Amino acid sequence: MSHLETAARPDYLCRIAIDPLSRVEGHGKVTLLTDKDHRIRQARLHIVEFRGFEKFIQGRPYWEVPVVVERLCGICPVSHHLAAAKAVDQLVGARELTPTAEKIRRLMHYGQTLQSHAVHFFHLASPDFLFDFDDPAAHRNVGGVMTDYPDIARQGVRLRKYGQEVIRVTAGKRIHGTGAIPGGVNKALTLQERNYLLADLDLMIQWGRGILKLVKQAYQLNPGYFTYFATIRSNYLSLARADGALDLYHGGLRARNERGEILFDKLDYRRYSQVIREQVKPWSYMKFPFIHSLGSEQGWYRVGPLARINNCDFIPTPLAEEERREFMALGDGQPVHMTLAYHWARMIELLHATEAIKELLLDPDIFGEERVVRGEMAREGIGVIEAPRGTLFHHYRINEDGLIEKANLIVSTTNNNQAMNESIRQVAERYLDGKELTEPLLNQIEVAVRAYDPCLSCATHALGRMPLIVELVEEGSGAVVNSLARDVDGTVRNEMGLPPEGASSV
Amino acid sequence: MSAEQCFTLDGRRVPFQDGQTLMAAALDAGVYIPHLCFNPEFAPHGSCRVCLVQVNGRVQAACTTPAAAGLTVQSEIEELREMRRGILQMLFVEGNHVCPACEKSGACQLQAVAYYVGMQTPHYKHFYPRRPVDASHPEAVIDFNRCILCELCVRASRDVDGKNVFAVQGRGIQARLVVNTPSGQLGATPFSIHDKAAQVCPTGTILTKHRGYETPIGQRLYDRKPISVVGDVAQLPESRGGRRHD
Ligand code: SF4
Repeated sequence: MSHLETAARPDYLCRIAIDPLSRVEGHGKVTLLTDKDHRIRQARLHIVEFRGFEKFIQGRPYWEVPVVVERLCGICPVSHHLAAAKAVDQLVGARELTPTAEKIRRLMHYGQTLQSHAVHFFHLASPDFLFDFDDPAAHRNVGGVMTDYPDIARQGVRLRKYGQEVIRVTAGKRIHGTGAIPGGVNKALTLQERNYLLADLDLMIQWGRGILKLVKQAYQLNPGYFTYFATIRSNYLSLARADGALDLYHGGLRARNERGEILFDKLDYRRYSQVIREQVKPWSYMKFPFIHSLGSEQGWYRVGPLARINNCDFIPTPLAEEERREFMALGDGQPVHMTLAYHWARMIELLHATEAIKELLLDPDIFGEERVVRGEMAREGIGVIEAPRGTLFHHYRINEDGLIEKANLIVSTTNNNQAMNESIRQVAERYLDGKELTEPLLNQIEVAVRAYDPCLSCATHALGRMPLIVELVEEGSGAVVNSLARDVDGTVRNEMGLPPEGASSV
Repeated sequence: MSAEQCFTLDGRRVPFQDGQTLMAAALDAGVYIPHLCFNPEFAPHGSCRVCLVQVNGRVQAACTTPAAAGLTVQSEIEELREMRRGILQMLFVEGNHVCPACEKSGACQLQAVAYYVGMQTPHYKHFYPRRPVDASHPEAVIDFNRCILCELCVRASRDVDGKNVFAVQGRGIQARLVVNTPSGQLGATPFSIHDKAAQVCPTGTILTKHRGYETPIGQRLYDRKPISVVGDVAQLPESRGGRRHD
């Protein structure tokens, strides 16, 4: 854990808060404590997480949960839908789903992965990639990508749409569908639906490969930047199939340490609480999970695309596997720790999702009649899935009448909480230490956070548009002596009536 | 055979038989008048007021007004649509009707009528009542959050099932559906999922356990066609059960 988590004498330091203006949903805020020489002494990312859900769901019928949880998050509702459905399968005693049910659910999940990764890359991350930091803010956004790379922007929109169509066909609706039900699914595919989805798929696979080419070019142009920017060495956690393959829908828990050595593997995820603990810190609403055996200082880990690609032994589809090998060569036998490599790993998964969708669409099981299995009811169910942003845990206990008694969720962004903090500390130390605060430097913090694709409303604003407020607070009195705000439309205002350049004096 | 007696409904001639209400005659003619507490198998109740029509200029409930020759009845006029929207909005805010998460969605009469009358938003401030779910019965669950007090279950249990399982307690805004046992729990009653009372709820209040969302989106009752053409209006008079529970 970085020494920048807690400063020794915070009262002697100057506080800079980077705070989003919109407080409607989950949001992030960065506080930096600097000393008189503008040296960073403490850096923290505070995320307000909506924890009311576990309470809200109490007393509701268990079979409702997979649909109700979709309301948790507008960004990846399908992941919550499926993680909850997997937990509910255990409640209804469905030990093994029918091949039809499992494959339809997988199809839905890969559709979601494709659409989520496409949105993130094209709308949010591609400007970080395709343009330099000194590129003017007005151009360094998705609009700039559309002007300079119109084909890429178009492909992004189509890939996203394709993913949404896969969700619609399997879940009934693009958002808030009902496909997964206790013990299975409520519909299979028709031949017509299959042919409809198959029609554009080869093009999607081709585009997936094209994007990876672009990502690799960006890396080759500036390997130093990729290698060091916000990079931290960490443990990695994900699901993996029993044979070590990448599997986004199901598997055992696998963790590696920073040298790539296996910490645990093939662990039944229903035993997650034996290996994962959550720490509460007084300055953050979001908990900090860690690997129990390593302790909270050493045991924090990363989840998501980078963790999954580092963790698996192979990808079970050929094109993505080829890309994985090339990617892993960067680590020279160890995990790839570059934080910006999240984007690269994410695009390998996007390609894998397109290939996996094709395999599933060509599988006759997706037309099957046997959609639901049930067994003896149980009181406890735990569902884990690899959501686009990382490992997602849903844990429920019901009473004898079938109403939810207790729920516990660990969402992907929470799993990455400590890692995101470590990355912004690295950026703060490397780029802000000893320098004056400027808008481009704030952008770098934003780029570091965004690599993780956290599920925050502020992080979903395009680069240069994340609504921020920076406050300079006087030592001792706590009075705000300067304040710089950036609105959602990108305009920079000085709240104290000073010209925007006032930022550089902060 | 006497000449057919008729009234006009939105300019259309609707025949009726002696003793029929405007609602019953309209349904027999396949003409939809929005309704919630009315069910063709039961005696009219006249409580929800969604079926308000103008009869020779006066606003009256279609389900309780006897048909008479020569009446001029208007239903699909903006003034009434506005009133119906208001009633629907009040019903929505008074309970907890979260359609995207409700398993009755797509097959719910309340939701379908709201769509039909063009209700876009709840407009009024939500009451957000706290009403616990009763899951004490092995086959059924009651989510009181969605009850609109139409009393169809009360009538069905009392008049058809002969069990008198449900009642409405309190008055006005305090009125609420209760289960007629000392514990107030459905599990302590002789209620069965095969009872008529289990089939009549126009909302997602009385539900079969362990079932939710089994019908995929796209195949639910009101997914393809509006309530004005499917549901009770689509059933021919002779196939409506033939039996009225008066
Ligand atoms: S439970 Fe259903 S049928 Fe009974 S009064 Fe309430 S809304 Fe009407």
